[in-house]
Amino acid sequence: MKDRLPGGISIMKQLLTGNEAAAEAAIQAGCRYYYGYPITPQNELINYMSTRMPEVGGAFIQAESEIAAISMVHGSAAAGGRAMTSSSSPGISLKQEGISYLAGSELPCVIVNIQRGGPGLGDISASQADYFQAVKGGGHGDYHTIVLAPCSVQEMADLVYDAFDLADKYRNPVIILGDAQVGQLMEPVEFHKKPKKNLPAKSWALTGAEGRKKNVIKSFYPVKGQLEEFNAHLQRKYRTIEEHEVRYEAINIHKADVILVAYGTSARICKEVVKKSQQYKFKVGMVRPVTLWPFPKEIIRKVSERVECILTVEMSAGQMVEDVKLAVEGRCPVHFYGRTGGGVPTSLEIIRKIVEIVPDNRAANTLLQLAAVK
Amino acid sequence: MNKDTNFKRYLKLDLLPTPWCPGCGNGIVLKTICQAFDELNLPKNGTVVVSGIGCAGRSAGYFDLDSVHTAHGRAIPVAEGIKYANDALNVVVISGDGDLLGIGGNHLLHAIRRNTNITVICYANEIYGMTGGQVSPTTPHGTKTLTTPNGNQDQPADVQSLFKHHNCYYARTTAYHLNHMKKCIMEALEFKGFSFVEARTMCIVNNGRRLGYKNSNEMLLHYKEFYKVNDYAEELAQNEIGIIKSVVETGFKPVSTD
Ligand SMILES: Cc1ncc(C[n+]2csc(CCOP(=O)(O)OP(=O)(O)O)c2C)c(N)n1
Ligand code: SF4
Repeated sequence: MKDRLPGGISIMKQLLTGNEAAAEAAIQAGCRYYYGYPITPQNELINYMSTRMPEVGGAFIQAESEIAAISMVHGSAAAGGRAMTSSSSPGISLKQEGISYLAGSELPCVIVNIQRGGPGLGDISASQADYFQAVKGGGHGDYHTIVLAPCSVQEMADLVYDAFDLADKYRNPVIILGDAQVGQLMEPVEFHKKPKKNLPAKSWALTGAEGRKKNVIKSFYPVKGQLEEFNAHLQRKYRTIEEHEVRYEAINIHKADVILVAYGTSARICKEVVKKSQQYKFKVGMVRPVTLWPFPKEIIRKVSERVECILTVEMSAGQMVEDVKLAVEGRCPVHFYGRTGGGVPTSLEIIRKIVEIVPDNRAANTLLQLAAVK
Repeated sequence: MNKDTNFKRYLKLDLLPTPWCPGCGNGIVLKTICQAFDELNLPKNGTVVVSGIGCAGRSAGYFDLDSVHTAHGRAIPVAEGIKYANDALNVVVISGDGDLLGIGGNHLLHAIRRNTNITVICYANEIYGMTGGQVSPTTPHGTKTLTTPNGNQDQPADVQSLFKHHNCYYARTTAYHLNHMKKCIMEALEFKGFSFVEARTMCIVNNGRRLGYKNSNEMLLHYKEFYKVNDYAEELAQNEIGIIKSVVETGFKPVSTD
């Protein structure tokens, strides 16, 4: 094939950071409104957009703050455009008010969080400590954002592309939850032209009220009973999303004695452990949630019925592990291994943890051997 | 320590060198602030430093003074909180132009209105230095930065105009005009009310180089050639540095801590 190099490498492939891939995918998905604010480790994204957006005739603004940026997204989304903002943890905290209003106003948009260490200013290295904020609704009120967690540059591109469709399909903000590693890592990436989805028309958008009933974008329901009714509508929508949009990757779950649950950068390391374990008798499998909300409860519940135990690995003090426990409902022990403050778990650390949590030394015998394999 | 090195008592000498790039202007401003403290003999136990986030904001850690490192843009309200809680303290905010005028711009506006008796020293390097060189609220029109690859389309903020109709203190100075800078800072510290010193300084690594300066000395010489001192004027022209005091004209009485 003409568009392939020897070795099957596509010549369409570009070497980009995860941040740049997110920006390019957004452009390709038709995003024409991007509002950002510098913060490490997502600067490659805003820098890329500053060059690329004018090339496609879109709007690029470096706002005066993250609050201004999310509010500009609010405006462009209300006007019916595909809008995006991005930041890293401290900046995402500032966006929470805006995200709550966007969810409450049912406005589609994409928000990229390239997580760094916290709390407060923390540091600029990779972290997964914003899981609660993203998944449980970091702002006020009963709402959910759809949360997608890429673990490679290619997946970053694919998920950002899908994020815009999901946002439009459900009139809901979508968060891409990356981390400093996924954001700054350089890998080959290909931008697949995807078929246009049949998405609902944006009849609610501000396009001018001449000749039709006026459109009002709001999250304010002062008349008694109205807000409860609206919240019931939101909850019905969330149940539909939970039913249809769960995504995960399952590796060797059928033969596994122990299952690892991890997403993003942690999942990349867990994958190594899974791979290494395949040649031994004691087997490790893995469930990698791709959607953190809706959370892949079903598959985790299923595997919990037949494995020895589950080990959740995160770059946090233990956040997703709570959702894993809720899914398992006590069917098997759920353990946790985490690093914080820029620490990234190594495969050796994970293997040691498995040895520690498996009751007899069946795991120890094979896995310690495994650990010796570089 | 002799008279010339006495300013060092305000620094955590064991933490030096600072994290700043070679040729960065921040060190010049830091030293001048200490010299101003020294000349006024500010008591160490009565003076605190509040910083925002950025290269400039890193200054606070190098003072041998109690300090608070705040969130990006929030140094001024935190400083106001300290002043309200302990009026006897000299409260000095040190941060960058992006921090104070960009994300923190709203707070500046209201601190001016309240005329809170604190001093703000802004390292104005016309760029977001720490994050790699993105446009800042003081970047001149047309300048190319990481996020304005086709030149800055916006106008820089006219900081002095925020102060014009208020009874606050505003001074503009540069890293070349050392004595002038010291005087501006000393008067700001002595001022009873809100005082703001815009110290123009050079970010050679993430701004100057892109603008074509070979080294930071060239940037300093630009300050020397471009700026004329015009103290106590009604208004400073673009190429002027100086102190503006609107207290007398407005007839407002500054907040007194006496
Ligand atoms: C809420 C938040 N947004 C963004 C950042 C990232 N950030 C760190 S320093 C900085 C800008 C610094 O620019 P400036 O205030 O001009 O200081 P300089 O580094 O140039 O001295 C930014 C945007 C942050 N730390 N927190
Ligand atoms: S990046 Fe610029 S402002 Fe920051 S330390 Fe280096 S020269 Fe100074």
